[in-house]
Amino acid sequence: MNRPSARGGSRRRGPTGDSSADRLAAEIAAQFATLGGRPGFSRRSFLRTAGVSALALGGGGLLAACGTEGTQQTAESCQSTDISAEEKELIFSNWPLYLDESDEGGTYPTLEDFQTQTGIAVTYTTDVNGNNEFFAKVRNQLGACESTGRDIFVLTDWMAARVIAGGWTQELDMGNMPNVEANLVDSLRNPSWDPGRKNSVPWQSGLTGIAYNAKYTGPVASFEELVTRSDLKGKISLLSEMGDTMGFVLKLIGSNPNDFSDDEWAAALAKMEEIVSSGQVRRFTGNDYTKPLNKGDLVACEAWSGDVIAMQYDNPDIKFVVPTEGMALWSDNMMVPNKADHKANAEALMNYYYDPAVAARLAAWVNYICPVKGAEEEMAKLDESLVGNPLIFPTADDLAATFSFMATDTKTREQFDKEFNQVIGA
Amino acid sequence: MSHPAPTQAAETQPPAKRPLGGWMGYLLLAPAALWLTLFFIVPMASMVSTSLYDPTGSLESGYAMTGHVQNYLTVLADYSEQFLRSLMYAGAATIACIILGYPLAYAIAFKAGRWKNLMLVAVIAPFFTSFLIRTLSWQLILGDQAWVADTLRSLQILGENGRLLDTPVAVVTGLTYNFLPFMVLPLYTSLEKIDPRLHEAGADLYASPFTTFRKVTLPLSAPGLVAGTLLTFIPAAGDYINVELLGNPQTQMIGNVIQNLFDGGSYPEAAALSVTLMAVIVVLVLLYIRKAGTEELV
Repeated sequence: MNRPSARGGSRRRGPTGDSSADRLAAEIAAQFATLGGRPGFSRRSFLRTAGVSALALGGGGLLAACGTEGTQQTAESCQSTDISAEEKELIFSNWPLYLDESDEGGTYPTLEDFQTQTGIAVTYTTDVNGNNEFFAKVRNQLGACESTGRDIFVLTDWMAARVIAGGWTQELDMGNMPNVEANLVDSLRNPSWDPGRKNSVPWQSGLTGIAYNAKYTGPVASFEELVTRSDLKGKISLLSEMGDTMGFVLKLIGSNPNDFSDDEWAAALAKMEEIVSSGQVRRFTGNDYTKPLNKGDLVACEAWSGDVIAMQYDNPDIKFVVPTEGMALWSDNMMVPNKADHKANAEALMNYYYDPAVAARLAAWVNYICPVKGAEEEMAKLDESLVGNPLIFPTADDLAATFSFMATDTKTREQFDKEFNQVIGA
Repeated sequence: MSHPAPTQAAETQPPAKRPLGGWMGYLLLAPAALWLTLFFIVPMASMVSTSLYDPTGSLESGYAMTGHVQNYLTVLADYSEQFLRSLMYAGAATIACIILGYPLAYAIAFKAGRWKNLMLVAVIAPFFTSFLIRTLSWQLILGDQAWVADTLRSLQILGENGRLLDTPVAVVTGLTYNFLPFMVLPLYTSLEKIDPRLHEAGADLYASPFTTFRKVTLPLSAPGLVAGTLLTFIPAAGDYINVELLGNPQTQMIGNVIQNLFDGGSYPEAAALSVTLMAVIVVLVLLYIRKAGTEELV
């Protein structure tokens, strides 16, 4: 594990290098600049960075022979500065199809309004495609207390728990977020992994159920049907999100996904292996089941509620089913990572999305469960048909029929993930 | 592609001596040596050490260097199936590339006339489009509802519920498509150097066209064939994008396993698997080169 040096990061913009490598890099860069006949500032800073990182890489390679240090951080060991006041900017990483888009696509109306209201320029990127995948992208920076280049990212409960437990996020100031304080639904106020929501704010919650394309198959009523019915063989997909899929498999063998023993886990894995080797499952997916389901390459799949409701606008053949086993309930959470430069701007954005009117506009487009009190009333003004939709505004009874995957420590979770991946990638 | 070229250059140069002096040679080597050290030797050392870490560690708690050689045994036991599959798919794609690429390279070299350059451009032209887009397009071509699958079903070649997308056939097709130019270009370079008069001489000596091909053309194009095979087989064996986009859970190759292990934070196992893959490929390549016996290649 190379740990591309805190040095490269913090001194990138320094006017003069102070190691010999820095000086050498600067000299080379100066040569280049004269050759090019232009100031070549970006090239120079690039070369210097490259020189320093190369050196750090070399050091990392040698150090690797002695193992790696732990990467746990605390507020003392990894302090961030907030330059929100001087720099009206914000970099926001989110999942695809998770923010209202204009009909022409390309712009995000609620986000545009936020930028106009506050003067904060938001760079919005949809580069979170899976929790593990995204975490793999940022974990080295987080562990080394370096900037990830993002001010907000959005991860699902279990991964958010891991990131917060690592001490890799900044504590949020509720004082800057009166809307969150007032409007966050009660059920999400005190998760075991972030008591009092000190380090995270829910973006949306959602449900995992089944979707099918009525043009190519009849109704699929349960997860059991999905993974056993012979006419669906090779035409279904399951989610690569371990908690979602194994939650259903645990249900299938009669266990409680929220509380199961090692033996039950082993039995569920064996069941999963049987499902995969039967050739029933065509692929394991993230968000990317939507296109094949539309085209008919997949006729049914395990799916996330909001995606499916959104697909229905364009293709009425797509149906969402509440499986007889119940549905998995999860939330995705906004966090501000260590070394993010714009915490106050991030808090302004979180506060903005907890305004019920804004939350309703967002929910009307993404169609996930809205964690904001008062949004249902606002929704009545926007789109009457969505009021009372149990997939967007579920009642307590609706939620009682859902399940979530057992919360575990990181080590166990990694083991679960590994065993699951081994089974699904036969 | 450029394999034969350096050999030639080495032969035509006078024996390396004098004017530059000893240090100049080292100076000329320095940039490449530095590059190799930083971006090959150091990462390689880092990867080998990582593969020997205690696998019970994690990113948060750190990994202890315990010289845990068992990592290699574990991954070989757990993933030998994907290993064999990778070699098989890569082998199948390489053979398919030879079948498609040899006649093409032959035609460009001997029959294309004034179209030669245009045809060479056509071979490389797909590279102007992103690798990802080209692979994704195969999803459209092979889709269940697309006409290829429809036609094959109506001809009874595919069963009632048969499909093309997300099958081993789709994966090998993708690999073949993506690596074909790496086969054609070195083959073309070898074939192009063959003097056409050799063919005439063969005919004059009453050899049938096939015999001429077998005794003259094929041996002379062997360096290109070996280079093309290596350039196709090696990257294909480690590929994971084609399986990711065109495969199913039962077509996972070793690249996908490494990716999954890495995403899941199992660094030591991922590293052990990468080192093993590298070792296996080096051994296979050495055996192949020895068997092919083309000294002029190396």
